[in-house]
Amino acid sequence: MTAETLAPEAGAAPGDRRRRRLLGLAAAAAVLVVLVVLSLVFGSKPLPLGDVIEALGRDNGDPHVIVVEQRIPRTVLAIVVGLALAVAGALMQGLTRNPLADPGLLGVSAGAALGVVLVVWAAPAASDLAQVWAAFLGAVATACAVFLIGSMGGRGRSPVTLVLGGVAIGAVLQGIASTVVLLNQSAFVTMRSWQAGSVADLGWPAVATIAPFCAAGLVLAAVAARGLNATALGEDLATALGGNLWLTRIAVVGAVTLLCGSATAAVGVVWFLGMMVPHIARWITGPDQRWILAYSVLLGPSLMVAADVLGRVVVIPDEIPAGVVTAVIGAPVLIFMVRRKKASGL
Amino acid sequence: MLRVGGRASTRTLLRAFAVSAALAALTVLAAVIALGLGEMRISAVDVTRALLSDAGTAIETVVVQWRLPRVLLGVVFGAALGLSGAVFQSLTRNPLGSPDVIGFDSGAYTGAVMSIIAIGSTALVIPSALAGGIATALAVYLLAYRRGVHGFRLIVVGIAVTALLGSLNTYLLLKASLWQAQMAAVWGAGSLNGLDWSDARAGTLVVLALLVPLLWLGRRLRMLELGDDAAAAAGVAVEPVRLALVVVGVSLSAVVTALAGPIPFVALVAPQLARRITRAPGVQLVPAAVMGAFLLVTCDMVALNVPPQALPVGLMTIILGGAYLVWLLVAQSRKELR
Repeated sequence: MTAETLAPEAGAAPGDRRRRRLLGLAAAAAVLVVLVVLSLVFGSKPLPLGDVIEALGRDNGDPHVIVVEQRIPRTVLAIVVGLALAVAGALMQGLTRNPLADPGLLGVSAGAALGVVLVVWAAPAASDLAQVWAAFLGAVATACAVFLIGSMGGRGRSPVTLVLGGVAIGAVLQGIASTVVLLNQSAFVTMRSWQAGSVADLGWPAVATIAPFCAAGLVLAAVAARGLNATALGEDLATALGGNLWLTRIAVVGAVTLLCGSATAAVGVVWFLGMMVPHIARWITGPDQRWILAYSVLLGPSLMVAADVLGRVVVIPDEIPAGVVTAVIGAPVLIFMVRRKKASGL
Repeated sequence: MLRVGGRASTRTLLRAFAVSAALAALTVLAAVIALGLGEMRISAVDVTRALLSDAGTAIETVVVQWRLPRVLLGVVFGAALGLSGAVFQSLTRNPLGSPDVIGFDSGAYTGAVMSIIAIGSTALVIPSALAGGIATALAVYLLAYRRGVHGFRLIVVGIAVTALLGSLNTYLLLKASLWQAQMAAVWGAGSLNGLDWSDARAGTLVVLALLVPLLWLGRRLRMLELGDDAAAAAGVAVEPVRLALVVVGVSLSAVVTALAGPIPFVALVAPQLARRITRAPGVQLVPAAVMGAFLLVTCDMVALNVPPQALPVGLMTIILGGAYLVWLLVAQSRKELR
């Protein structure tokens, strides 16, 4: 007995649905490709598409420097970060069955950020890799604490308790981080740009540092996906179906830690991306976690690249960091969701 | 049945009264100790003498002129935050609801940062922080309004707006000069440093003035806790009363933020600690206020005297909030294991 037979979709044969989903996946990939091209074309100095293509092949002066040394690395970083946060968000929503779950909202990013801040403060000479590991420590501790808070109140628990608990924990961690930064001038200078969630000027080193961890996180996410489908039926039923609840939980926490920790270590806290993408994915595919994850892998990078491009073009020649753009887009989306849905529907 | 209920509620009331009195005594004790601590140590006896007499000695100058305004503001602001938190937790029917969570503090911070960047000094921080905080709280209320305001919607909308303003603040600080950014960050840490008698007078007067409507609203607040329908049946005009409570709750927080910067988590923690000690079924105003006063005076005393370098009280209250959450987690996991 699978999830599909338990929740049959009216009017659509399974093969039909599968084809539609695959088509949607292809469309999402096409959107991402278009956005990547836009990301290479637009910026404080817009380049004609011809120059961009030429710059990819050979050294044609300014365009080559701009495209190859700046725009390509930042686009790749945006793709990796967007993917990591979207998959982390989808996993958290799947495990907690809470549509508001988001690495930023639930404080996991704040935990990772505190880890980074403490390393920068205590050992300014520490390598990027040390910062990433500190971010993992912070993320895993916060994720466990938040999931524990989320299980408060047993059966009749309200979805708000999880979110409020996460927000409160996040506020504590962020408060400690900002005090540490406040008491230390050099950390203040270093942390100021990092905190805003910008993908600019980080280049290939940042990508190279976090990409292996993100890949490992994706593998764990794929392992957890089937178990999450069972979890969605409720804990009792999941156990009855033979799913191993604890294995799923551990895989999810591990994946969220790797994905969210590395994204945060690279670009700081990015809000709402992890909340929005799984919603769009679920809206297209329905409740199957495997498909939601597959779509998130494509839609997350699209959203992050789009946010980065948008931040570059609205205030030329200045830039708005991508993290600020996602917050500005995400907050109204969250408000819309909570106004539209009945409280009990959440 | 009625008599049993009556006896039980009398017992609750007595317990609340006893707890409030004990906490008040502890607050006075903490205040006297705080008045004696500092570069010049003064014994409790001398502090009391300086407070009660009018001798005009050097000790009296130190205690009454220099240290008393800060300690008094600790008491008054702590009580204001405790009350503010109690109002919000009762309105949202959630133990984690508080004015900082629904966006007031971030709004105030945005206002403060904008004024610091615009004019390059902290001269206009108080009015702009107030404007920012109150505008944010109103915006959150209106955005959450849809045929009435649900506690749930209020909280989530508040969280969304807080996150939005938080990243806006980060961006503003990024654009500001390093010096302006640090000025804003210091204000944002929340501290009773540098407050004198004129601040103490102003702060105390405003908080006292806010107690008048709160006394009137307090009874209706309890009825709202029974549910909107029950409250309406008892003759409470639900939405106007709720709006009035939001305004009073935000104002209580706003006074504190205006004079001291945002002091987080007192509003969150005080009502819950008070509720647990009084073993009351719901949040109560008076114990929450006294608990808030005790917590803030104690936190400020520790922040000022214990670390080698005086810290803003905001950091102490953050640690307090963290400790409270950890305790909540531990208590919860114990309950689950049982």
